[in-house]
Amino acid sequence: MSAFSAIGEEREIDRNEYTPEIEPQPTWCPGCGDFGVLKALKGALPEVGRTPEETLLVTGIGCSGKLNSYLDSYGFHTIHGRSLPVARAAKLANPGVEVVAAGGDGDGYGIGGNHFMHTARENHDMTYVVFNNEIFGLTKGQTSPTSPKGHKSKTQPHGSAKSPIRPLSLSLTSGASFVARTAAVNPNQAQRILKEAMEHDGFAHIDFLTQCPTWNKDAKQYVPYTDINESDDYDFDPTNRADAQELMRETEDKLYEGEVLTGVYYRDDERPSYQQEKQQIGEMPDEPLAERYFDDDYEWERSYDSFIDKHK
Amino acid sequence: MSDDELIWRIAGGSGDGIASTSQNFAKALMRSGLHVFTHRHYPSRIRGGHTYVEVRASADPVKSRGDGYNFLLALGDSFARNPQEEAYYGNEEVKPLAENLDELREGGVIVYDSGLLDPAEIPDFEERVEENDWHVYDMDLRSLAREQGREVMRNTAGVGVTCAITGIPLEAIEELMRDAMPEKILEPNIEIMQTAYDLVNEEYDVDAPDVSVPTGEHDEEQVLMSGSDAIAYGAIDEGCRFIAGYPMTPWTEVFTIMSQNLPELGGISEQVEDEIAAAALAIGASHMGVKAMSGSSGGGFALMGEPLGLAEMTETPLVLIEAMRAGPSTGMPTKPEQADLEHVLYTSQGDSQRVVLAPGTVAEAYEASRRAFQLAYEYQIPTMIVYDQKLSGELTNVPASHFDREPNPDIGMTLTEEELAEQPHTGDGKFHRFQHDGEDGVSPRSVPGQKGGRFLATGNEHNPAGHISEDPDNRVAQMDRRERKLDAIRADLDDDGLLVEHGPEDADYGILTFGSQQGTVEEAVDRLNDDGTSVKALTVAELAPYPTEAVRVFLDSVDEALVVEMNASAQFRGLTQKELGTHGEMLSSLLKYNGNPFEPREIVEGFTTNVVEDGELPGNETKFVPAAGD
Repeated sequence: MSAFSAIGEEREIDRNEYTPEIEPQPTWCPGCGDFGVLKALKGALPEVGRTPEETLLVTGIGCSGKLNSYLDSYGFHTIHGRSLPVARAAKLANPGVEVVAAGGDGDGYGIGGNHFMHTARENHDMTYVVFNNEIFGLTKGQTSPTSPKGHKSKTQPHGSAKSPIRPLSLSLTSGASFVARTAAVNPNQAQRILKEAMEHDGFAHIDFLTQCPTWNKDAKQYVPYTDINESDDYDFDPTNRADAQELMRETEDKLYEGEVLTGVYYRDDERPSYQQEKQQIGEMPDEPLAERYFDDDYEWERSYDSFIDKHK
Repeated sequence: MSDDELIWRIAGGSGDGIASTSQNFAKALMRSGLHVFTHRHYPSRIRGGHTYVEVRASADPVKSRGDGYNFLLALGDSFARNPQEEAYYGNEEVKPLAENLDELREGGVIVYDSGLLDPAEIPDFEERVEENDWHVYDMDLRSLAREQGREVMRNTAGVGVTCAITGIPLEAIEELMRDAMPEKILEPNIEIMQTAYDLVNEEYDVDAPDVSVPTGEHDEEQVLMSGSDAIAYGAIDEGCRFIAGYPMTPWTEVFTIMSQNLPELGGISEQVEDEIAAAALAIGASHMGVKAMSGSSGGGFALMGEPLGLAEMTETPLVLIEAMRAGPSTGMPTKPEQADLEHVLYTSQGDSQRVVLAPGTVAEAYEASRRAFQLAYEYQIPTMIVYDQKLSGELTNVPASHFDREPNPDIGMTLTEEELAEQPHTGDGKFHRFQHDGEDGVSPRSVPGQKGGRFLATGNEHNPAGHISEDPDNRVAQMDRRERKLDAIRADLDDDGLLVEHGPEDADYGILTFGSQQGTVEEAVDRLNDDGTSVKALTVAELAPYPTEAVRVFLDSVDEALVVEMNASAQFRGLTQKELGTHGEMLSSLLKYNGNPFEPREIVEGFTTNVVEDGELPGNETKFVPAAGD
């Protein structure tokens, strides 16, 4: 019998279950795009049939890192840039738990960029939401890795000399098997994409455009937008890597020209997840490792029986 | 120095099979009934460079390298650098012979491979041989090996020569080779060893050996283990089934042993992108209820500072290993030092709330590893094992029964779903994971996937349900509770009595040390007492929380004490003075930081000249620092 009865429980789930009864006063500003992520997540989780107690939401630091303060599930608010390594080990330790990681563009593409690249490469079965507002919000408006070239801020008084990072292209090149962009101003698409991402067996990365009305007033509110999967202007197959690559580049360029393109850009449903790869080569147990510590009947191996002979 | 011991040094280049040959040799001597201890010296290079391993063997227990050695097998460095670079590197080919002469005892034996080494390249070689009464065996091991197998097998030929000279029966070595070598190379190796053995008997008179192997007998079956083996096995016996790491010398040894063994135990090993990720993964796995560890050496451990603080604040059980090497920065990657003590104690922002253990011996490394997991999971606190390149690589015999223990997979104060139902929750059902009270400061935890257990873990200060809170009263309550754990842990450790005192109880003088210096200090203490100096030693194996009372009692019982440690800034003495707040005027220091561990002789000399006689330190490689105000 499982020690984790919340996992796999079949029942109707109300989206309000994810709302803390005594909700902490959100520290987000009025009009902040982060509310859009929270709403979409509350909508998508019941749709995929995941209850609060079989969900672990792992966040980084920044305004986005507060997400799990306002979503009632198991939560781990980690340190700046490190949500992914915590999240992927959690998934390896107990694959039955739905693991969602989230953080800002500075958190994920800046300080945590190395983890982003490697988590995508390994194709861990989890969802990663990057709140992309093109700015450092909580520290009051400094230039971020996705700020446009020439962006002026207190720390870049002459305008940034750097071209912004290309989050979608980076994700695809690194090995993510599901890559999408959505926007807070598009709640229905956001919820649909989140649902697809969580259902996907592999690393699903969503670049989530979240407007910052306080520190990035110049930035577009990400309207109007075009959904590349719906629009007649785009005859597009997200399973075609070459097409995806081309359209991602176009999307990244156009954002800074004032045109917002969104949708699912790439998905590879054939590629095994990291957990499957590891199990295939005999480096991960079939039964969740976390269960073993609650199993009173498990026969724990001893080093004396397994290894002592070679030292004699 | 005991006459009844063999200290055999095999020297060559990295890649010449020095390590594996010496391991087999040590094991053969152990099986014959002797106590053995190895000391390894190697450069940070894949091929070439001066490498040696010493195997010390005696009928009596040995727990340290010796003073110098008495048998040199100089194989020559087959990977020596191009002679054109000689102006900078010196003649590398001859180094295995040239660089080992200073420490060879009078009357010792030299066997060198004349196929690779030409003593004419060494200044004053003949004079030194005569002066020191060394017995030289000039053997063309290279040709011998080449004729009957492959050139690389000259290490086996050298072992054959050693056996002939010291009187070790070849069968003892053969038996081990049969266990360790594949069929294809086994036969030529055995032939080569036999030929070399016969050759010595034909060409030299070995009936009156210059250096012979002692004979001994063990009371019970022994195993040959390193500190790294012991730490890994301790972790496995505590039910650790998850490790994450990034390679770095010398931590790589524990990481490798775990990675090779975990899959067959149904565990998981992850080699990841950097040490920040490694520590974060261990935290992630532990958060889910799994027993997990990570670790590194100096620079890699520096990257773990922030995740370590996260584990402290979220009270996630975590075991981290820190295998010290000579620093700062990249320092001397393959050389031992104890200079990361302060780094391990204090790294990460805020008040540190952690446990730090420093095992002194291979047997203790197993204990410390088990204890680390017990404390980490029982008290929900990061626990570190700090050791060094010396302990990680030294091999010694330990009774096999030492490891014949029951496993302990207990994950401490983690609730089941039934227990969770009885616990306090907020109105909407959030579990009070961080309650202000809690016995010994521990508030029981739940793990994700459990019904009735959801909470928020955060690196911010937080209220009982885990929500971020900057309320002053809550802050103080949470800090005080976390601090309370350290008092409870100190009490637990006092009950264990892991501090090791050595020497006469009523001694006049004391030596205080920590970690891997234990064996060497104890040998020095024995010699000092034999020579009429009344001295005892205390080895501290727990650095945080510090055993203040035990150290105070020890220091109160002596007139003066010398603190022995392998670093340049007397970090352990500083820690002791900080924790005691007294006794500063009676603590002087003997330090060594040249990349080589202490020899017992150096401690004897340092103690005698400075503490007993108030004289000048003779020209050895240590440094004396007087007590404050002296």
